Amino acid sequence: MSTVTHPGPGDTTTVAPAGSAKPRPIAEFLSTYVFSKDHKVIGLQFLFSTLVWFLIGGLLALAVRWQVAWPWSDVPVLGKLFAQEGGQMSPEFYTMLFTMHATVMIFLVIIPILAGAFGNFLIPLMIGADDMAFPTLNMLSYWFMWPAFLAFGASFFVEGGAASSGWTSYPPLTTNPAASPGSGMGQTLWLIGLTFVGVSSMLGSVNYMTTIILMRAPGMTMFRLPMTIWAMFITALLQAFALPVLTAAGFMQLFDRSIGTGFFSPEGSIINNEMTGAGGGQPLLWQHLFWFYSHPAVYIMILPAMGMVSDIMTCFARKPLFGYRPMIYSVAGIAGLGFIVWGHHMFISGMNPALGMTFMVSTMMIALPSAVKTFNWLGTLWGGRIQFTTAMLFSISFVSMFIIGGLSGIFMAATPVDIFIHDTYFIVAHFHYVLFAGTAMGVWAGIYFWFPKMFGRTMNEFWGKVHFFLTFIFLNGTFFTMHILGAVGFPRRLADAYHYETFHHLQPMNAFMTYCAIGMVACQVIFAANFFWSMFYGPRAGRNPWNANGLEWTAPSPPGHGNFDVQPIVYRGPYEYSVPGCEKDHLMQTDPPLETAVAAAH
Amino acid sequence: MRNRLAGLFWSLLFLAVPVLGVAVFAVAPSIDVWLPKDVSAHGKEIDSLFYFILALTGVVFIVTEMLLFWFIWKYDVAARGEEKATYIHGSHTLEVIWTIIPAVVMLFLAIYQMNAWADVKMRRPVMKPTVEVVARQFEWRLRYPGPDEELGTPDDLFLVNDLHVPVDEDVLVQLKSMDVLHSFFLPNLRIKQDAVPGMKIPVWFKATETGQYDLVCAELCGWGHYKMKGRITIESREDFDAWLEQKYREQEATQPNPQEDML
Repeated sequence: MSTVTHPGPGDTTTVAPAGSAKPRPIAEFLSTYVFSKDHKVIGLQFLFSTLVWFLIGGLLALAVRWQVAWPWSDVPVLGKLFAQEGGQMSPEFYTMLFTMHATVMIFLVIIPILAGAFGNFLIPLMIGADDMAFPTLNMLSYWFMWPAFLAFGASFFVEGGAASSGWTSYPPLTTNPAASPGSGMGQTLWLIGLTFVGVSSMLGSVNYMTTIILMRAPGMTMFRLPMTIWAMFITALLQAFALPVLTAAGFMQLFDRSIGTGFFSPEGSIINNEMTGAGGGQPLLWQHLFWFYSHPAVYIMILPAMGMVSDIMTCFARKPLFGYRPMIYSVAGIAGLGFIVWGHHMFISGMNPALGMTFMVSTMMIALPSAVKTFNWLGTLWGGRIQFTTAMLFSISFVSMFIIGGLSGIFMAATPVDIFIHDTYFIVAHFHYVLFAGTAMGVWAGIYFWFPKMFGRTMNEFWGKVHFFLTFIFLNGTFFTMHILGAVGFPRRLADAYHYETFHHLQPMNAFMTYCAIGMVACQVIFAANFFWSMFYGPRAGRNPWNANGLEWTAPSPPGHGNFDVQPIVYRGPYEYSVPGCEKDHLMQTDPPLETAVAAAH
Repeated sequence: MRNRLAGLFWSLLFLAVPVLGVAVFAVAPSIDVWLPKDVSAHGKEIDSLFYFILALTGVVFIVTEMLLFWFIWKYDVAARGEEKATYIHGSHTLEVIWTIIPAVVMLFLAIYQMNAWADVKMRRPVMKPTVEVVARQFEWRLRYPGPDEELGTPDDLFLVNDLHVPVDEDVLVQLKSMDVLHSFFLPNLRIKQDAVPGMKIPVWFKATETGQYDLVCAELCGWGHYKMKGRITIESREDFDAWLEQKYREQEATQPNPQEDML
């Protein structure tokens, strides 16, 4: 098994052992690479699919930025594709762009790349299992993404265009097709796509929990699990508890639209000069249900990245993780508190202001575990031997950027201040610092770090660093300035805000941000080239190119079907770097114990 | 030595984060990219809370980012020679300290905000509405109660997008929506409140200076969201009354209650 050099399961023999010398090649290809039940292949399928959507989401963002910087000017290149009036963007097209940018990035990129790609690939390898607990369920979790891909993708081409009521899909704008051009078929497809993403996440979540609880290698106690696995585990719990609410709410909205149930529509509204139906519902109900899922979901979108960054940072600081248990408790704390803070999205929504006060307190409290995590990362760097690999640079920048994204959250948690900055670019700055400068940087760190395990070759370090440097500069150029736009009160989601006296002087700053955004997307070409070139021509990596401790590094690169050549036995936690008295500077989880004499001396 | 240069380069890059970050916030007010002029009674408190949080987070930002920079520079492998990394799994004392201090600060911060929040959203002045604002795609429909101070009587005055209020007096707006969600955003009065169909939401403020400012829709309400623009004119009581009277005369001169089918 150790000689397997292909990323997939090389041995279909386990499937058809009875000496069938010539299995049908197409069937073999399909079962190996397409309808594979191997967690690694499924992980890579998720990775490739989400990276393609990442590109689409990025291009949508550029189109948004173009309109914000130079409203109503001809859009270069892309303008020809959707030319209505000589390449100029219509306001309804603009609302569709930012709606679909957020939808794609959240539901088709961040959530599936963390849980689907890294979760699938890493969980069995890091806990010493040969595969997931339910391989078929796992395969289905990927294939249930395809109806979602198709629904979201097709919605661009239906009459009225794709959904254009924001990714939060607030009714009554979404429940009444007369309210907005995108609230026709596009919105229905959006809801269907969302449901399938939910099904996929749920299948994954059940599988991850079961696998982590039941399939750990001998000696791998819960408190010897790497942070990545802890984060994936808690993320899976969050998914399992929060998702049903969103799914139910999605169906309610679908019924409101299709058969007029009116869960979210009050009586007596007049939309587009026509009376709406009987009503009897409440628009705020949707907001409660939506955020009951979507606030825990923002932690689903960052916790796994936090876990991966912790693992990568310890490896390249050659130090044990500072405060392993506090790190776990704070992840659990974030997850627990995450269920009682959803109302902070609704401070000015018309919700009872006394309730707003309560949500402010719980929201302030959730800053606490985040702070504890940050301090522990700093503690991990302290006293280390820091190697500036690309993965490490992305990890350090995760911490640096998460500090900004975390602190800016406090402004919005404070209800009086939120009155002014709510729905301005301040919030846009905040969540891009957490989701792009945080999670996406964590994802890149993960890709550079585990690429050798995925493909058996390492990525080019020089071009990796160039990619990091440019991304880091451009992302700050794009997103940091958004804070001060928010301080002016510059509202989000406006196709053109410069006709307001308060905002007319902000165009040059927006133009600067758009230039940076273009640079940020453009420099991903370096990443793409490095990724694909290294897949085929990169230097071969051994089993453990980074001298890391985790179980995944005892398996061949890439691991064959079944992952390990011998059953790994775990003797210690994952962060035993620079152990005194040990010759190597790292002790893998599977290394047999040091002599008792050495251990006793310390 | 070459390796040390790499460490220098990367640590300086991370040093640039706090340096440029603070610089941006320091320069922004002087190029007028900052909080717009506040002309409300409660706005001072909101702004001072903003500055308070800015100072607090600013200190944490600078300290943590500087530590990050310093550790990267100091513990670069090229600077460490043969020395091993410190073998340490954490510190109980430190964990307790950096849990309790932020907890106390955050709790204090939350409680410290409550009074200002209650002033703007909970302690509603006892009075009849000065004006009813009904948001619809994509305009602000206004209804003034007229001399009898009652909405829904024949002396009501109907206007669109042109909101006038008296200076130095409590103003109570009754906010409604006819179709979808909107948000009644007065940047210069530090007021923002969503308008929700099916709800009557009270909004109150006291303007402290005369002048003309923007009324912005801050909740996505459809394709024309960007142009749902109104103006607020703050004027003296005399000017306000005169304006009301003149507008009412204009209304009567054209047609009887042009919008009486309004909700």
